[in-house]
Amino acid sequence: MTRFTLDGREIPFRPGQTIIEAALAAGIYIPHLCWHPRFPPHGSCKLCTVKVNGRLCSACTFPTAEGQEVVSDSDELRRLRRRLTQMLFVEGNHFCPSCEKSGQCELQALGYYLGMTDSHYPHFYPRRDIDASHPEVLLDRDRCIFCELCVRASRAEGKNVFELAGRGIHTRLVVDSPTGRLGDSALEAGDLAARICPVGAIVLRDTAFRVPIGRRKYDRRTIAEVSIEEERPLLGEGNG
Amino acid sequence: MKPRVRIATTSLAGCFGCHMSFMDIDERLLALAEIADFDRSPLGDVKRCERCDIGIVEGGVCNAENVEVLREFRRHCKILVAVGACAINGGIPALRNRYDLGDCLEEAFLTGIGVTDPKIPGDPELPLLLDKVHPIHEVVKVDYAIPGCPPSADTLWTVLTALIAGDEPQLSGESIRYD
Repeated sequence: MTRFTLDGREIPFRPGQTIIEAALAAGIYIPHLCWHPRFPPHGSCKLCTVKVNGRLCSACTFPTAEGQEVVSDSDELRRLRRRLTQMLFVEGNHFCPSCEKSGQCELQALGYYLGMTDSHYPHFYPRRDIDASHPEVLLDRDRCIFCELCVRASRAEGKNVFELAGRGIHTRLVVDSPTGRLGDSALEAGDLAARICPVGAIVLRDTAFRVPIGRRKYDRRTIAEVSIEEERPLLGEGNG
Repeated sequence: MKPRVRIATTSLAGCFGCHMSFMDIDERLLALAEIADFDRSPLGDVKRCERCDIGIVEGGVCNAENVEVLREFRRHCKILVAVGACAINGGIPALRNRYDLGDCLEEAFLTGIGVTDPKIPGDPELPLLLDKVHPIHEVVKVDYAIPGCPPSADTLWTVLTALIAGDEPQLSGESIRYD
């Protein structure tokens, strides 16, 4: 069987697997936000950055190869990932104490996992539109991290409700409907696109604060443990 | 005998919740009193910060007085610690940053529901509000941060005792929480 090494450990892989897929299949978590086992990689959040034969690469897009030497768990990468996470926090409006996603948010859980205690950078405090027009789903763009998981999920569902528009700092999540409002789109609460948001940007109404503090997803488990438990089984047949 | 440690604390644009959480160290306050003195702090009534070893700042910066107090703390404290969500990212008070300050004042004091005798307060005693609420690291250099809304008493105690002992405080796992 073909193998590469990850942090000194030999990892088997199948041809065509990316580094993040082979690692997760072997029970090793590589931090990520925009990657999801059910969808093609987006390669934008860069949190899965690893060193492949000494060069920085995104583990979600980089293919495995025989004899590769990959480093993921190092102080250097941990520092870089922490800085990236801090940039995501200051770029949006992420106020955990008043957010209904708190405790179940991947961005927050990643901050915990990486030992992030402050924002480091100046805050942008951008002004972004909130869309409360949908009876079952709330779109709070303040918390969007532009991972495009909702875009990919909606595309796979054949609805194409979401898209990113604009560039750079002007990038924003837009909705495909005659009015541009979520309430006039084809989105339904049961859609994966309405449920896949890793942060609090797209949330289901009437679900907030149902789970008490202490029993929320990341209160007792790290994002690494949750990923191995919940995402690993979603890897393609024969991966897990 | 070891020299006594001098500690100052303040709440800027905060709710005193972090101070309440600090009070939750309970009888450990007595152990702290054995080795430390409080300088300027809501716990006592000292009005001006003198030379201190550790300064603990709760709350963000929302007005001119906050800026003045924060700079005083930085000037006099060897180690400055940001405590709680508001000091670290502006927190709940920073929710006003998405609105125009004039609009906020108008709604609160002129046009809002239930307002009687509408007038925007303008007494010269009142500190001027800043256009936006800022975390303290945007105004002064901050040495350590303890996140949480509020951080637990145990977390505060862990960091404080490490600093008093001259050690590098280490937060990890469940001691890092943002809510």
